Amino acid sequence: MAEISKTVKPLSVNPLKSSQPLGAALAFLGLARAVPLMHGSQGCTAFGKVFFVRHFREPIPLQTTAMDQVSTIMGADENITQALTTLSEKSKPEVIGLVTTGLSETQGTDIHRTLKTFRATQTEFEQVAIVPVNTPDFLGCLETGFALALEAIIETLVPKTGHPGRRPRQVNVLASSMFTPGDVECVKEWIEAFGLRPVVLPDIADSLDGHLVPAEFSSLTLGGTPRREIAAMGESIATLVIGKSLDKAADKLKARTGVPDVRFGGLMGLDACDAFTQTLAQISGQPVPEKLERKRDQLQDAMVDSHFMLGFARLALAADPDLLAMFTRFAEGMGAKIVAAVSPARAEALTELGINITIGDLEDLEHLARRHDAELVMTNSHGTETARRLNLPLLHAGFPQYDLMGGYARVWMGYRGSRQALFDLANLLQTQHHDSEPYQSLYRQDSPSAHEIGTAAATDLVC
Amino acid sequence: MKASEIQALLDEPACRHNHKEKSGCARPRPGAAAGGCAFDGAQIALLPIADVAHIVHGPIACSGNSWDNRGARASGTALYRIGMTTDLSETDIVMGRSEKRLFHAIKQAVAHYHPAAVFVYATCVTALIGDDMESVCKAATARWGVPVIPVDAAGFYGTKNLGNRLAGEAMFKYVIGTAEPQAARAHPARIPTYDVNLIGEYNIAGEFWNVAPLFDELGLRILGKLSGDARFHEVQTMHRARVTMVVCAKALLNVARKLQEDYDIPFFEGSFYGVQDTSNALRDFARMIGDADLMARTESLIAREEAKANAALQPWRERLHGKRVLLYTGGVKSWSIVSALQDLGMKVVATGTKKSTQEDKARIRELMGDDARMMDDGSPKALLSTYHEYRADILIAGGRNLYTALKARIPFLDINQEREFAYAGYCGMEELARQLALSIESPVWQAVRTPAPWARQNLVGAILGVEAHG
Repeated sequence: MAEISKTVKPLSVNPLKSSQPLGAALAFLGLARAVPLMHGSQGCTAFGKVFFVRHFREPIPLQTTAMDQVSTIMGADENITQALTTLSEKSKPEVIGLVTTGLSETQGTDIHRTLKTFRATQTEFEQVAIVPVNTPDFLGCLETGFALALEAIIETLVPKTGHPGRRPRQVNVLASSMFTPGDVECVKEWIEAFGLRPVVLPDIADSLDGHLVPAEFSSLTLGGTPRREIAAMGESIATLVIGKSLDKAADKLKARTGVPDVRFGGLMGLDACDAFTQTLAQISGQPVPEKLERKRDQLQDAMVDSHFMLGFARLALAADPDLLAMFTRFAEGMGAKIVAAVSPARAEALTELGINITIGDLEDLEHLARRHDAELVMTNSHGTETARRLNLPLLHAGFPQYDLMGGYARVWMGYRGSRQALFDLANLLQTQHHDSEPYQSLYRQDSPSAHEIGTAAATDLVC
Repeated sequence: MKASEIQALLDEPACRHNHKEKSGCARPRPGAAAGGCAFDGAQIALLPIADVAHIVHGPIACSGNSWDNRGARASGTALYRIGMTTDLSETDIVMGRSEKRLFHAIKQAVAHYHPAAVFVYATCVTALIGDDMESVCKAATARWGVPVIPVDAAGFYGTKNLGNRLAGEAMFKYVIGTAEPQAARAHPARIPTYDVNLIGEYNIAGEFWNVAPLFDELGLRILGKLSGDARFHEVQTMHRARVTMVVCAKALLNVARKLQEDYDIPFFEGSFYGVQDTSNALRDFARMIGDADLMARTESLIAREEAKANAALQPWRERLHGKRVLLYTGGVKSWSIVSALQDLGMKVVATGTKKSTQEDKARIRELMGDDARMMDDGSPKALLSTYHEYRADILIAGGRNLYTALKARIPFLDINQEREFAYAGYCGMEELARQLALSIESPVWQAVRTPAPWARQNLVGAILGVEAHG
């Protein structure tokens, strides 16, 4: 029986979890001319910055309210006001994401009240949108922080009007934290293939895809969803929600705008891709383009080709819930078995999977993978050492990926992305393929030489 | 920790320019701040102690967002690379369960990983809720029979530099002097063995292994190190050394000073970056130990190594001669790297001094002369405009600025903790030269600065095979 259990241990060893404020910051990094501002100690931001810089191999705009111990006790509202003023004056952003941390939440900050006061007193910064989000480190994980930020963005930047369908070719996409910039790009092209115009929230394909720009330097994001597009999301014909973690954000968008939505757990594997394609055909009233049909045929072919390697393959996965869920469905759809699954936090997405899931860390993954004879590990770069100790191949996925070029650009979703994932899984699994151990019959006459069967065995024979 | 105690720490009598305000300790400005926190600094200083279980006591962010992201290398044990945290939940914090959780976390670390010691790092949240880490560590030491050391360097106490210093204090208070060293093995060359300390050397990318064989050859036993490839026991015995070398300037000067005050161990400051500095460091050891024979052996070793290094560097010097460098790094590296670059015939046109102390700055003046620009502002904007103004050929800085440089299409060399190459010692110089040439001479810069063909020409009306004009 499928079960979600938390390991009972006081010490987290080799953490899988990244904190909520990072997720929130990531969401804001997908908005145009934006900068996330973490309300906490300088280190909260410094660690976050290094985390994203190493993952995306990009300069990352991220600021801090620089709380110290005095302001932590005596009140740090002034830090917020100062930081907002400085940022507004210096960088003239369109959006500032005001994100709390473990420190400011433990202190008991009220960012909403502070923001209200700031708005009332500093009227010269009216044109700067400020989106407050409460994301304590001691709850949730990167994915939940990302989802909370999206809810806050919708509440702050999408007006409560509601003329659904006024822009009949415009489609909203809410993309969860499992999306890579490559995935977002793929989904945009997928939608455009039906003559529709996607507005992706947040559009990290436009800001974090890694592209050189003429300007040498920017203290804000290099792209992303423009604020005016977010404001016009209420005029779209439909909203496509991808990732269970965004259910609440989707509810909020629907309540504010009345735009109908269709929700997907993920876009990997034939069924998930077909469901998405089918939806696009319905929304646009257009037939499925031939190019897409061809990609579908290619995926089917790869499925047939790779089922020899993937069937019964024993996989160990550790990732945030949405990614874990998408990948589990995808792998099971190929006949693979998930023998170890670890997630850093509980979530709706996990409850429907029907496999045993441990809420834990990479130490748990290591133990489970060993106990259940896994053949492949899929997780972030912190799993490199885990996989090495297990002597298993590693497929990099999730945050952070610092020891792999192009991890951020990888496309997992869509027919093409799914096909590539099949190829990679099959190739990695093949490295685990072992020939049968040679058996030396005791009647065999010729004594094998040392170099033929290895010195250790030769010694054994002598003894 | 009390504000007065922190203030006392900022006052470092061994620092020659102690009476001046230290720019490294300036208060950060909300909305325009960069750089890490005291917790970050404490971790940098101590994490490389390889056989210790390092437990971060706090919510997930402090460990989860940062573990195993440093380049320090160690031989043998890899315990220090295992991320450990109490990963406090909301209930732990609200219901006051965090001390209890820490106590059991220590038990788990001891039972599963058999560390030589456990270091427990405070974070902002546990400092704020008033966890008595010192008592928990004391109780855990008594109960589990392994030294458990509190490192009280919560992030909001101040800068990374302060965190280094707090870590040093913890080592001096709880570790150094708590065990005696074993007698040294007889040297195969029948020369006497002298015990020495290294402070502030982190063995990034294993670079100290470039230099370590020279110590062996001279009969210098590295008794204790803070902290690259160090073991807990070695740190315990640092009070028995003859002399201490401080490698990373001021940050851990407090430890060296206290070793001198309490145990009469003299110290000197030096660096292993550059041929000249490496030679000087070895010379200083011999001089301070005061053995004439050691001095003579050191000189002949230096002559041999310098000749070898110079021969290896000659082709690189020709390629790098006269190239202009903008250096932006913290503290010690601002001067120790300068001399390494000058060794290569390069010109350092500006250097960052944000984290440097007055003394570091004086050293820089001495090395670079008065026209060199000292930059306190390390913002990407300031870096780039200085780069252009001083017509530099390469930016050398920490990983944080790597993509700032690349986005601006300029050559870059990473000099900080996350880097992947070993630059110390005589052979490290060759690697440094190679990496510099690799970036400066790369054909990609030309390629990425050239506009697309269709942006250069007016293609309107042009037909294939017909030259387009205009």
